[in-house]
Amino acid sequence: MNDVLLSVRDLVVEFPKRDKVLTALDHINLEVRRGEILGMVGESGAGKSLTGAAIIGLLEPPGRIAHGEIVLDGQRIDNLPYGQMRRIRGRKIGMVFQDPLTSLNPILTIAEQLIETIRTHLPMNEKQARERAVELLEEVGIPAARRRLDDYPHHFSGGMRQRVVIALALAGEPDLIIADEPTTALDVSVQAQIIDVLKRLCRDRGASVILVTHDMGVIAEAADRVAVLYAGRVAEIGPVRQVVKDPSHPYTVGLMGSIPSVVHDIDRLTQIPGSMPRLDNIPQGCAFNPRCSQVHDRCYRDRPNLIAVESKPDNQVACWLFDERASS
Amino acid sequence: MLAMLIRRLIQSIVVMLVVAFIAFSLFQFVGDPINNMVGQEASAQERAELRERLGLNDPIPIQFMRFVGNAAQGNFGISYRMARPVSAVIAERLPATLELAMISAFFALSMGIGLGVYTALKRSGVLSNFIMTVSLIGVSLPTFLIGILLIYIFAVELRWLPSFGRGQVVRISDWWTTGLLTPSGRASLILPAITLGLFQLTLIMRLVRAEMLEVLRTDYIKFARARGLAQRSIHFHHALKNTLLPVITITGLQLGTIIAFAIITETVFQWPGVGLLFINAIRFVDVPMMSAYLVLIALVFVVINLIVDVLYFVVDPRLRATKH
Repeated sequence: MNDVLLSVRDLVVEFPKRDKVLTALDHINLEVRRGEILGMVGESGAGKSLTGAAIIGLLEPPGRIAHGEIVLDGQRIDNLPYGQMRRIRGRKIGMVFQDPLTSLNPILTIAEQLIETIRTHLPMNEKQARERAVELLEEVGIPAARRRLDDYPHHFSGGMRQRVVIALALAGEPDLIIADEPTTALDVSVQAQIIDVLKRLCRDRGASVILVTHDMGVIAEAADRVAVLYAGRVAEIGPVRQVVKDPSHPYTVGLMGSIPSVVHDIDRLTQIPGSMPRLDNIPQGCAFNPRCSQVHDRCYRDRPNLIAVESKPDNQVACWLFDERASS
Repeated sequence: MLAMLIRRLIQSIVVMLVVAFIAFSLFQFVGDPINNMVGQEASAQERAELRERLGLNDPIPIQFMRFVGNAAQGNFGISYRMARPVSAVIAERLPATLELAMISAFFALSMGIGLGVYTALKRSGVLSNFIMTVSLIGVSLPTFLIGILLIYIFAVELRWLPSFGRGQVVRISDWWTTGLLTPSGRASLILPAITLGLFQLTLIMRLVRAEMLEVLRTDYIKFARARGLAQRSIHFHHALKNTLLPVITITGLQLGTIIAFAIITETVFQWPGVGLLFINAIRFVDVPMMSAYLVLIALVFVVINLIVDVLYFVVDPRLRATKH
């Protein structure tokens, strides 16, 4: 299993409130292989961004990891003290945030922010770091990088700023990049460019990416595998082709059916009735049971875990439908 | 930058002219200056002559122009009470007030920023909560009460520090006397400086804390953490610098207030500065003195605002002209 870079096992993230504890992530299991792009999709509040924050160890208090473990490159990282985790952030795991307009410190130049990040992680002097900064900016496709190095963030357009953000995330040469909705705040025409940059960089460097988004188009375009999250649980995980073209979990089926397509002429888009339950109101058994069209007794009683689908070796689904098929 | 400076300078001049007009109006509305100058037994004839000689019969605009012209040269006439040029009296008293204001501003700024940052970073610490509670008292107690309390504790009961006056002063030039060079002068400064600065300290502290908490929640601070930057750099390089923008505005205005409203502190401590001078001027309806003080304080505010505007440019690159 040496090709697995990151593995998240039974991760539970809780938010203690005054009278009760909200479970925001409920036994998340997933793996990221070296050099792959793992897409993470789901509705708002499904726990996509939270999973990313938990992996890099930046959960906002009072949120905390209550159970499970996160293993990066053979090292358990979910219980490291602050000082050690700081060495991992930026160096092993890079992060790209959603809004490039607010991700950069407005009163420091690009050079200052890049050089500080580079020198935090790599043994370079000021001059070497500056050269490295130019290389990074060129890599992410910023024209006239050397001349623009001493500009402030407000001198750049949104798309260019997101490139700078990516350059910053790459500055410590991390093995894993968590990109949290990196294109959501950008113009459609710029989105594709940014996705291209991400894809090219992880191919060139052999880095892995967790691409968090709710845009299935971006997933289909960029990801190798995809994890579908629902109410803090993984509903389905597998190669992007299978999940998009031939989804197994009833939720994924509904999700894919609700995406308009130009190629296939569909009369009506399907929609999933109801909405995702609030964290304090997740039903017993399968979290999807109130909205599922194929629900049966067992779904109200027991919670399904991820199980392999017989016909699709790389797919795992958390649904009793597939367990029954296997047993009968 | 230069265009901005020129624009601000013109605005400043307009402000000064308006204040000058108000100061000038004092002469028109607060009693008849002739009455103050001549004795009870002066005849109507003498009064009319004096009135003519002082130019008080000229049209108002001409009188105003004359006032502005004189004021621009630092000439505010003769104090009714002291029978000496107002400007000379103020120049004599100004160092005491400026020294007190500078020391208390420094005290308020350094302690305010330091404690503000501390309480923001250690949000739920015991010491933080203690500081926040005490600061609430600092905000709500009136200045004179703080002064009297300090005098009672440190001057009357403990006898550590003097309760009034400037102590021994040293003349370091024709127009500046300082209390900073003698032990008694320094000791005399402590209580009034704390009294005058305490309110500003708590204000700056609470402002810095609130701004700092705000900045620590921003995306760029989260991103800085996600890049593994050192805690100290995140707090003091990335966050504090962004915090200072609004702090500069408030602090600038507060510095003006410290100078302008040193009146109460100076009264409590019998500090021989311009505030005490002004209080006495009001008591004796010394109009030239009052109008000069008014113009002086306006000048202080205008100058500080100019400095604040320039500081913005230094701190915030977004305000500078774009290179491209």
